[in-house]
Amino acid sequence: MATEDKAEGGLVFHPLDQFIVKPLFGDGPVQWYTPTNVTLWMGIALLAIVGVFVLGSRGRAVIPTRLQSIGELIYGFIYKMVEDVTGKDGVKYFPYIMTLFLFILFANYLALIPMSYSPTSMIAVTAVLGFGVFICVTILGFVKNGASFLGLFWMSDAPAILRPIIAVIEVISYFVRPVSHSIRLAGNIMAGHAVLKVFAGFAALTLVSPVAIFGIVAIYGLEVLVAGIQAYVFTILTCVYLKDALHPAH
Amino acid sequence: MATETHDAAGVCVDAGGSALGMPQLCADWMPNQIFWLIVTLVAIYFVMSRIALPRIGAVLAERSGTITNDIAAAEELKNKASEAEAAYEKALVDARAEAAKIVAEAKAEIQAELDVELQKADAEISAKTAESEAAIAEIRDGAVKSVTTVAKDTAKELVAAMGGTADAKTITAAVNARMKG
Repeated sequence: MATEDKAEGGLVFHPLDQFIVKPLFGDGPVQWYTPTNVTLWMGIALLAIVGVFVLGSRGRAVIPTRLQSIGELIYGFIYKMVEDVTGKDGVKYFPYIMTLFLFILFANYLALIPMSYSPTSMIAVTAVLGFGVFICVTILGFVKNGASFLGLFWMSDAPAILRPIIAVIEVISYFVRPVSHSIRLAGNIMAGHAVLKVFAGFAALTLVSPVAIFGIVAIYGLEVLVAGIQAYVFTILTCVYLKDALHPAH
Repeated sequence: MATETHDAAGVCVDAGGSALGMPQLCADWMPNQIFWLIVTLVAIYFVMSRIALPRIGAVLAERSGTITNDIAAAEELKNKASEAEAAYEKALVDARAEAAKIVAEAKAEIQAELDVELQKADAEISAKTAESEAAIAEIRDGAVKSVTTVAKDTAKELVAAMGGTADAKTITAAVNARMKG
């Protein structure tokens, strides 16, 4: 975080410093296996998920406790989404989609704790998520449908002259999917946190500090919405891509 | 901020600890994030698919089963209640019919007794009437006879007193003729 800036004084913005990856122990270089602040906050997300879904449902109560009803609510929400979007044969992929949703949701909300770290703001993280979905869905499409998966790009109900052009556009849009899928999430989270930091920087000026603090509150409220919505958007787009792989016919 | 050069260690921070460019684009940090992301996702997946999701699915199924059973039980109880109500209604109707029957029987019995008594009384009355009529007729006959006798005697005495003689047959015939008139 920007604690190092105190020495410099004045109006100094380092809105991106909050995304620096640091080793948890010592000051050495960041190797691929080094436990870093990314590791810490992903681990906290994992523990929170275990807390809600494993400890919360420990009682297996027919009349649920509060924590258990939160778990059941999320379960029902994602289960219904998967079933509605992909159909009955998509339900067997429900655990994978649930994993993605929970990771993004918990990482997004934990990142709103002051001084925390937001793994979902990192392109590398969201790119792995987005391209992971893209590659899995493409392989699944070819395994399930064989070559007829390519029918996804061939609009049979379009005029014959337009079909090749549409096919080119469809192919391009298909390959842009993982990029937009991952940049959307990282961009939203990163922008929100950077804007919060900028407002926090302005709060150092006495003259504008009331406005800046009001701005922080307002942007924070917006970020609370964005955190949930981006997790939802990522998940429902995953469901839509999965539906395309299972039923490529338009 | 956007410097092209990285420091000697290849780490994307400057000497002051600030980020050089976007930390998101620092290639040196990416393997670390990707590695830990995969570890986290695999851990979440195993926890969810092995423990949490089957458990919550079972709880939800059990709950919907319980609710269905409870609704069925309530339906059954409702049916029982309406059955009991129907039985009660039927018993009430039967009791009413029974009561009506008993009332009718009693009425008929009383009527029959009454008829018998009335007949008896009627018979007695007519017997008494006949008896009385007979007595009256007898009395009347007796009176007529007495009157006739008295009239004959009187007539005989009168005839005798007037100095005439008349036989009994003539006097009787005359008296009878008078009395008839």
